[in-house]
Amino acid sequence: MLSYLLRRLAQAVLVMLVVGMGAFSLFQYAGDPVSNMLGQDASPAQRAQLHAELGLDRAAPIQFARFVGRALGGDFGLSLRQGREVSALLAERLPATLELSVVAATIATVLGIPLGVYAALRRRHWDAKLTMAVSLLGVSLPTFLIGIVLIEVFSVLLGWLPSFGRGATVQLGGWSTGLLSVDGWRHIVLPAATLAVYQLALAMRLVRAEMLEALRSDYVKFARARGLPDRVVHFGHALRNALMPVLTISGLQLGGLIAFSVITETVFAWPGMGSLFIQAVQFPDGPVLAAYLCLIALLFVAINLVVDLLYAVVDPRLRVRDAGVGVRR
Amino acid sequence: MTLPTPGAATSPRARWRRLVASDLWHDFTRSPLPMLAAAIALLCLGGALFAPWLAPHDPFDLARLDLADSHLPPAWLADGRATYVLGTDDQGRDILSALLYGARISLTVGLCSVGLSVLMGVTAGLLAGFLGGVVDALLMRLCDVMLSFPPILVALFIDGVGRLLFPQARDLLAFAVLILALTLTDWVRYARMVRAATLVERHKEYVQAARLVGVSTWRLLRRHVLPNVLGPVLVLATIQVGQAIVTEATLSFLGVGVPPTNPSLGTLIRVGNDFLYAGEWWITLFPGIALVLIAMSVNLLGDWLRDALNPRLR
Repeated sequence: MLSYLLRRLAQAVLVMLVVGMGAFSLFQYAGDPVSNMLGQDASPAQRAQLHAELGLDRAAPIQFARFVGRALGGDFGLSLRQGREVSALLAERLPATLELSVVAATIATVLGIPLGVYAALRRRHWDAKLTMAVSLLGVSLPTFLIGIVLIEVFSVLLGWLPSFGRGATVQLGGWSTGLLSVDGWRHIVLPAATLAVYQLALAMRLVRAEMLEALRSDYVKFARARGLPDRVVHFGHALRNALMPVLTISGLQLGGLIAFSVITETVFAWPGMGSLFIQAVQFPDGPVLAAYLCLIALLFVAINLVVDLLYAVVDPRLRVRDAGVGVRR
Repeated sequence: MTLPTPGAATSPRARWRRLVASDLWHDFTRSPLPMLAAAIALLCLGGALFAPWLAPHDPFDLARLDLADSHLPPAWLADGRATYVLGTDDQGRDILSALLYGARISLTVGLCSVGLSVLMGVTAGLLAGFLGGVVDALLMRLCDVMLSFPPILVALFIDGVGRLLFPQARDLLAFAVLILALTLTDWVRYARMVRAATLVERHKEYVQAARLVGVSTWRLLRRHVLPNVLGPVLVLATIQVGQAIVTEATLSFLGVGVPPTNPSLGTLIRVGNDFLYAGEWWITLFPGIALVLIAMSVNLLGDWLRDALNPRLR
């Protein structure tokens, strides 16, 4: 178990180093910081001096080491577009994205798992088939299109809900929250629903597939042969085993939410990290891209690590066998 | 396997007869949903392919655009005109024509990127699986890193890097950056899949026999191993075409995709989005419907193909 843990940690560090190199090269291509700082009419001597002061004349590995050192302290330099600290920009936008993701994840999980179980148990009935067809629509529909349709229906036609921004926010320490006011909740409904649709459909389809697999298995057949009532077989035996992969699903979902929040935030003018990132791609703004890349990578590596470790804890087979075989996902 | 293998039958007629006699075709003609999906996909493909002949107007001929014709609703509404069946946008462009040309661009980008990523992924997978060692380890670690991020984020990052490297990217170069971003995002899946299949194949007798006869590695991979690992690749490629079209549309919608001079379906939706509040829903809705129809039909076909080729579900 310990060797498995160490191996996974080493992998995670390796991934972060690779990503760090990618981010570092983004910096290198992001333009010469010296001409930005000194302007057009600086003398070559001044340039050379600043170059040396900034350490830009050193070898690439040394510069990379300095970059990693600064990045560990959260220092990614100044945004090319806004001229402000990248870390400050990200920090003030983090709460908006996290609140949106958490609300969407709650919707997706609370609805997705029961619907998946239902669709598996009533596999041959028309209502389960209809649910599956609708979920296919949910997986196929591009996120931005769902957002547009929701805006058209609920904001333009019905005029029930606002379609952009976070509404009134309350400051709690350094955290601005929209979840403490009615206005904030009214603003989060449409973007969170948009973000949840894909995850909901995906969770439902995965739970259904796992459930069907479990229902076909021998232990379910034997449980039936023992004369156990359907309810016990379905929820005591099948669902318990089908929910194992839900761990992975939840991990994947978090990742998917971050990815799709980029789109949702653009559609709803939600002031989160995703819209900051899109602006950085459009401009293009190297330091912001690099910082976002590192932040997202850290998040994903952490999620994958936690999911893998939970797997090792939950699945006894992985504990007994040499865990180094790797966890199938 | 039920896939008609190329090369086995010689004449087109013999191939057609083999196809009709196959289990796959039998399954297909008895499943109404995949047939409907195939019909829609063919219709969209045809519409995109023959856009210059089918489109009632040329949406890119600036001389023929008339601002007096702008903001017209679809023909069946009060102010609509029969020549503009689906209405016009803010510059007086015919929506139907723009849509046909847009689908052409969306499909081109989607098919190009999937083709390229199949080429790249299959080559990498064959090499990794067959050579093993350092090549394998490096390629697979790279795959691990890329697969731990959602594809849309990877595509956005590569697109962002492309824009940093080529700040003056217009028109053709912008297309290249976009297709490259999609390709570099997608190839990983094929590489993984083909590598796993190759690992199984390389220990089989026919490979050993071919080696004994002295067939070169490259020829062995291309003529002997490749045909035997191609089945699942075909299924994945079908699904990925739909995925690539949606990803392209998303990037274009976010304003980092195809150049606005050559609007794809995503660009059309982005442009139309600004007029939603003015009640002009047709500018954005019709390209949206077209996009959904294409994505849905391709997804359905892919799902069906996967199930039909999976012996466990028979």
